Amino acid sequence: MYIITSYAHIKHHQVAVNGELIFKTEPTHSLSEFLSEAYKSMGIIYPKFHKMDAQCKLGLLCTEFALQNSSFLTNSSLTKTAIVLSNSASSLETDRQYQASIADKSNYFPSPTVFVYTLPNIVIGEIAIKHKLTGENAFFVTEKMDAQLLVNYADILLGQYAEAAIIGWIEVDGDSYEAFIFLVENGEYLNKNVIFKPLNQSTVNQLYNQTLWTH
Amino acid sequence: MDALIEKLKKQIIEQLNLAEVNPDEVSADSPLFGEGLGLDSIDALELIVLLEKHYGIKIEDPKDGKVIFQSLRTMAEYIKAQGKG
Amino acid sequence: MSQRVYITGLGMISALGNTVSEGFLSLSQSKTGIGKINHLTTRYKEEFLAGEINLSNKDLADLVKDSNPEYNRNTYLAMIAAKEAVIHSGIDTKDGLRTGLISSTTVAGMGITELYYKELFEKTDHLSVIDTHDCGYSTERIADYIGNVDYVTTISTACSSAANAIMLGCRMIKHGQLDRVVVGGVDALSKFTFNGFNTLMILDREWCKPFDENRKGLNLGEGAAFLVIEGEEALNKRQGKPLTEIIGYANANDAYHQTASSPEGYGATLAIQQALAMSGLNPSQVDYINMHGTGTPNNDLSEGMATVAVFGNQIPKFSSTKAYTGHTLAAAASIEAVISVLSLQHQTIFPNLNFTTPIASLNLTPIHELLKTPINIVLSNSFGFGGNCSSLLFKKV
Repeated sequence: MYIITSYAHIKHHQVAVNGELIFKTEPTHSLSEFLSEAYKSMGIIYPKFHKMDAQCKLGLLCTEFALQNSSFLTNSSLTKTAIVLSNSASSLETDRQYQASIADKSNYFPSPTVFVYTLPNIVIGEIAIKHKLTGENAFFVTEKMDAQLLVNYADILLGQYAEAAIIGWIEVDGDSYEAFIFLVENGEYLNKNVIFKPLNQSTVNQLYNQTLWTH
Repeated sequence: MDALIEKLKKQIIEQLNLAEVNPDEVSADSPLFGEGLGLDSIDALELIVLLEKHYGIKIEDPKDGKVIFQSLRTMAEYIKAQGKG
Repeated sequence: MSQRVYITGLGMISALGNTVSEGFLSLSQSKTGIGKINHLTTRYKEEFLAGEINLSNKDLADLVKDSNPEYNRNTYLAMIAAKEAVIHSGIDTKDGLRTGLISSTTVAGMGITELYYKELFEKTDHLSVIDTHDCGYSTERIADYIGNVDYVTTISTACSSAANAIMLGCRMIKHGQLDRVVVGGVDALSKFTFNGFNTLMILDREWCKPFDENRKGLNLGEGAAFLVIEGEEALNKRQGKPLTEIIGYANANDAYHQTASSPEGYGATLAIQQALAMSGLNPSQVDYINMHGTGTPNNDLSEGMATVAVFGNQIPKFSSTKAYTGHTLAAAASIEAVISVLSLQHQTIFPNLNFTTPIASLNLTPIHELLKTPINIVLSNSFGFGGNCSSLLFKKV
């Protein structure tokens, strides 16, 4: 039986982990200021973070928040941990940035670093690199966070191709952004203190729709 | 030469988003890649853009970067040798 | 639960031709589709070669009879290839069985959006192109074009996208969620892609030379390929004819770098090994490998290392077909799946063009002249940025 053992949700300049608000900044902060403050709040040192585009920073941070105080990584095999993410805008925000850098003929210095991030699945790569996770990946482009698709896909993967999974939704489009990550593990191997959240569509929707935001 | 090295250091830290690097800890001869600043292949390409943008130097073959980008000093020497900077 | 999954229909449009038969003809004549750029407007038009499809956006709109043409090249290419695959398979999407469509793209509507991007800030004549920009858009249009599709989704995992679409399709059939699926990928050329790959300095100014010591990089290409895959139950029900069986697939992450492959090809090794494990085959049973083989110094060395890691000193015959089509990104894995099926059907290995000298540290020589040889099992590799590595195994029926 696969269960959700931890989850994190970031939006409106706030971070909620397992249903509790744990970090926020002033709503006047820009996305990059917010991400930088949230990174500092975690007390980790990962210089690569500063090179990432906003979407990767957001996805990596949300994953880190979900992993914080969780035994997910020690329970799971590196080669059997899948990462399945989704969004609707693909890599639109960074695409715009790169597009602007090639549109101006008089000031034509497009950045290789920016181009690298013009693919939606790079965020999966960043999470995989950070934790040396070599299991299966998929990135879906869907209109909304589609719990049915994600749970369906997880059902196919888990047991046969993977033993654990990092699953979620990472979106950055202009000023609007959101990340929602949940960790799935085999409940049989976990101690009984873990709060039982079965991996199914209604649980995922319920966790995603929890109203915890203060503004 | 020293002034050019200092200028390069600032430009590299800014262009490569090396936010957690303390400029005082980077010497003219510290290796930029591997053990030193830990730069990677994309950073090397970014340095090629930096040379073109700030010094008007075009590098066509990324392999040339291996020699030029060993340290701040080798970069500065290359810029001087090109009659720039 | 685990029924067999077969490929029953093929569709492909690429620089090799507008149909699978045209593509096969070019391949069997060892004729590349890569040449001068005619249709794409880019500052690099004279500087680089590309595997461009020799049709204008208007030609493509006419081919799909778009009544209100929006000239989204990506979508048209996908519609053409998907329709060809459906017709080839002979399936009737109105027969009550569950049909899915899993497409993949990375460029999506960029080719059209970039033409109007600046203008959109000033006037709204072409505002509708924005609706066609999303990755999911072309998938929806293909679904409408095919008709009666019960399930639609879009994958975007860089250059292994279509392999992952094929994998997902197989699994949904095996898990009883669908009876058959149209799977594949599409990417049209765009200025955006050209500028980007040039920024990464991995484009060869001449014809790309996969697995050659003096390789300089890749040539970009464009295209779409779709395959109809069916579970054996659905196939038996309609008494259809299988072309090839899909017996193994796997995906792994290299967990090394955003774009570069690890020097030892770790993710690639995992993907190949896990696909073999799934099929129950020994490495020695693989007759031919259609390599990812982009022609970049990094990919070919890393993929070569992975090949040695898996196959030791018994390296199967191999070639990369990127020098025919160019690197078609999200479409590459489905184009190469079609080429793998053609190899099995015609018992022919299409040679690795432009090869002269093996990579010194590997000493691996690809098949570089057309070869008729018994082929029972084909392995096809596709690796993408983000460390995404996929391998597929096909078996002759």
